[in-house]
Amino acid sequence: MGKQQYAISETKAEKARQKIAKKEVDIDMNPMVDLAFLLLTFFMLTTTFQRPQAMELVMPAKPDKEAVIQEQPIKESRALSIYLGNENKIFWFVGLTNPVLETSDYSRNGIRKILLQKNKEIQDVVVLIKPSELSNYQNLVDILDEMAITGIQRYAIIDPTVEDESLIANNSSL
Amino acid sequence: MKIKQKDKKQPKLDMNPMTDLAFLLVTFFMLTTTFKAEEPVTINNPAATSEIKLPEQNIMTITISDDGRVFFGLDGQYSKERLIDFMGQRYNLLLNEDEKKRFSLISTFGVPVGELKTFLAMPSSTRKEYLQPGIPIDSAKNELAEWIVYSRMVNPNLRVAINGDTQTKYPLVKKVINTLVNNKVTRFNLITDKEKLLADG
Repeated sequence: MGKQQYAISETKAEKARQKIAKKEVDIDMNPMVDLAFLLLTFFMLTTTFQRPQAMELVMPAKPDKEAVIQEQPIKESRALSIYLGNENKIFWFVGLTNPVLETSDYSRNGIRKILLQKNKEIQDVVVLIKPSELSNYQNLVDILDEMAITGIQRYAIIDPTVEDESLIANNSSL
Repeated sequence: MKIKQKDKKQPKLDMNPMTDLAFLLVTFFMLTTTFKAEEPVTINNPAATSEIKLPEQNIMTITISDDGRVFFGLDGQYSKERLIDFMGQRYNLLLNEDEKKRFSLISTFGVPVGELKTFLAMPSSTRKEYLQPGIPIDSAKNELAEWIVYSRMVNPNLRVAINGDTQTKYPLVKKVINTLVNNKVTRFNLITDKEKLLADG
């Protein structure tokens, strides 16, 4: 008896299920799609893909007060001074005594050509980068970038000396 | 007549592939996204050919704006909580837990230590509009040096990045670099924009 009833109820359920299955279920997908696209837009606009590029710069450490260091003077003929002036001007000269001052700029045919040429001419060239008070950060990054491009290994950022300043001032007509 | 009847039928578009695609993209962006940190100043980085990527973690950023203000930023909420503890003790700031918590959520700031308490007390909307005067960096009162020293104490693996504007005057950059060198940070990164190396011709 019990078994039979169970069987009957099963068939009833089956019928009911078939009834439901026959009816096509329509779900309105539009709100979901709207939401999906909203989120998509949000993430697309807030995302930052590119991590910033960086350029590495190593400065010499300040020597300890007690430490005795023997500074090795570099040969005059090997020193290429690059003075970063105002308004994106570059003054450059080789050596220290009675140097011949010349001007250049940051363009491809400017300082890069000179650096490549001097790197060939002078063995173990040492570039002394002397940013003036009137130069800006762009100038510094540009000249450091030129060092990387031309493959010059030895360079230093130092303050212009009084002699440098007067040399530039005397040749301001350049 | 028959054609007209056909038109009456409502066209049904299967939206499922589109939905699938939309969700796929949402998932992709959600997983790859890192939110832009809020910056108190807009910085135009100089362009350079360098290909080195800035590390994502353990980074301290010193921002130098074109109008001569210096900002300091440190990543990691926990590091910042420890940092403000140290600085609070050093300058006797008497910050409460709530203010410390707020500090740990700020990515970049540029206020002198003396103003820090009032700065943190501002509601975030006011803080956004507040013109931050920059961190003092004069040799007599170099607060940036203190921030650097304590940050390195909190996180010894810290890397330093200088985020300068193209128009920043060099003397200020020199001051920042000297401050770093004086505190035994001799290796640092200059943040740049990508520039394509033009073929020589």
